[in-house]
Amino acid sequence: MLDFVIKRFLQVIVVVFLALTVVFFLIRLAGDPTTLFLPPDAPREQIEEYRELLGYNRPLYVQYGDFMYNAIQGDFGESLRSQEDALGIVLDRLPATFQLAITSLILALFIAIPLGVLSAYKRNTVFDRIGVGLTVVGQAVPSFWLGLILIFLFAAQLQLLPSGGGGTPVHMILPTLTLAAYSVARFTRFTRSAMLDVLQKDYIRTAKASGVPTMRLIMRYALRNSLIPIITLVALDLGVLLGGAVITEAVFSWPGVGRLLWQSLMNRDFPIVLAGVFIIALIYAIINFVADILYAYVNPQIRVK
Amino acid sequence: MSDAILKIKNLKIEFKSGKETVQPIRGVNFELKKGETLGVVGESGSGKSVTSLAIMGLLPERTSKIVDGEINFKGNDITNLKEKQYRKIRGNEISMIFQEPMTSLNPVFTIGQQLSEPLRQHRNMSKKEIEKAVINVLNQVGIPRAEQIINEYPHQLSGGMRQRVMISLALLCEPDLMIADEPTTALDVTIQAQILELMKNIKQENDMSLLLITHDLGVVAEMCDRVVVMYAGEIVEVAEINELFNEPLHPYTRGLIDSMPTQNTRKERLYSIRGQVPRPNEITKGCVFANRCPLAFSKCFEETPPVFARDDHLSKCWLQNTKEGEVV
Repeated sequence: MLDFVIKRFLQVIVVVFLALTVVFFLIRLAGDPTTLFLPPDAPREQIEEYRELLGYNRPLYVQYGDFMYNAIQGDFGESLRSQEDALGIVLDRLPATFQLAITSLILALFIAIPLGVLSAYKRNTVFDRIGVGLTVVGQAVPSFWLGLILIFLFAAQLQLLPSGGGGTPVHMILPTLTLAAYSVARFTRFTRSAMLDVLQKDYIRTAKASGVPTMRLIMRYALRNSLIPIITLVALDLGVLLGGAVITEAVFSWPGVGRLLWQSLMNRDFPIVLAGVFIIALIYAIINFVADILYAYVNPQIRVK
Repeated sequence: MSDAILKIKNLKIEFKSGKETVQPIRGVNFELKKGETLGVVGESGSGKSVTSLAIMGLLPERTSKIVDGEINFKGNDITNLKEKQYRKIRGNEISMIFQEPMTSLNPVFTIGQQLSEPLRQHRNMSKKEIEKAVINVLNQVGIPRAEQIINEYPHQLSGGMRQRVMISLALLCEPDLMIADEPTTALDVTIQAQILELMKNIKQENDMSLLLITHDLGVVAEMCDRVVVMYAGEIVEVAEINELFNEPLHPYTRGLIDSMPTQNTRKERLYSIRGQVPRPNEITKGCVFANRCPLAFSKCFEETPPVFARDDHLSKCWLQNTKEGEVV
């Protein structure tokens, strides 16, 4: 077990390192940030001076080495805009993102798993057909569009809910629904197919032959087996959600990491972007690590190895 | 006969696949006496397993239907029993052992958890009593260190061990009837013999009746008192075990016996029945075996033979259509 943990921990480091490297070079393609911070008619010398000050005039590999050297020590530099610690700014936004992610995930699971199970149990009935149809729609609808429609309906027309911002639980309703919609669709479809697969297994027949009632057969004997593939999917989705649902947060002006990243990209505030990527990659890798451990808990065949 | 524990009367089962319906079981009749071991023999596709699932009430609900006939268990017609009532019988009065021990146990629950289930469902016992009973039955089927095994998972056991676990699962509620569907087919030969021996002993100790479904005539010879030979969804011959091997009346049974490899002599070429079992939708008029039968004559292709009886020896073949019942 310790072996496994150490191995996975090393993997986490590699993942984070690679993510930072890729993003470091990719954002340079967007151009030099200094021009955005100075007036368009700033004289050449002033731009050069500013680049000199921030170190953007050095060769890229030197900047990269410098960045990595500092990043390893937890220093991602200061925001170009506010001159505050970049990592600190990102961490400040994290709770809001967590709040949104966890709520929508729980909501999604509570809707999707019973729905998927029921769909599988009542396969090829009208209920199942409608369910499958809705999940396809749910997956196909882009979240920015759904977000706008929700705002239009509940904020603009009915004036029941705020269209954006954060702070009170009421503010969470629309962004949570928007985020959950996609996950519900994905989880439902996956639960349904995993369940259908398991319900045909020999061991389900064995349980039936022992006189196990249908409810117990499904909720205990079949669901536990179906959960194995679902855990992976949930971990992946949670990673995405915790990484800041960039578009949803932007649509609803939710003060989370996603919106921060989006704004920082627009401003070419590179230190914040990189600090954000660092946090997201770290969370993503850790969640997958936890999922693997959960996996072993649910599936004893992995546990022994 | 009043001492019959299970009577199948004129059972007909229909399967729906798309718009087509087929009848994999067409008018099956047999009886299982109390304490008897009855073998059901036939090739793949002869309807052995479908029959056994029908007895358990485990036919796939949406795609299959018992269209005619009766399954009578201990004097009660259980053919159209409600699911809730059937559940009281399953694993309790009738239990079943399946062919594939490797996949028939749930991989995510311990042996103990799975073995507790029939007792939980059918007996009013405390957790402690259940555990004791489970360990007891594991000992009975010859599983060593039962106290540890109950905390292990199926993948930690070998195929033979798993089949022993399956047998103990079927034994827990001391059923009156045990159905074993090819219980040894998936096992190594040496393990096969052990499991058969075990089943024989257990049947005697527990005073059960056993319905043994197999395609292996060797297993039948070893285990059974009487044999039902099935072919393409019909019963073609029923006989006492010695009589079946000494004097098989149906050409299909003869073919099966001739196809058995013998131990001491090496035949030039192993006998085989030519052709294949017709699919249910290919069956038209005449005898179901006519197209493969070496002795078929014109009548066989025209009319379906009735069941001819010679004492307790039944066969469904036109060749038995003589007053003395002699083979021509």
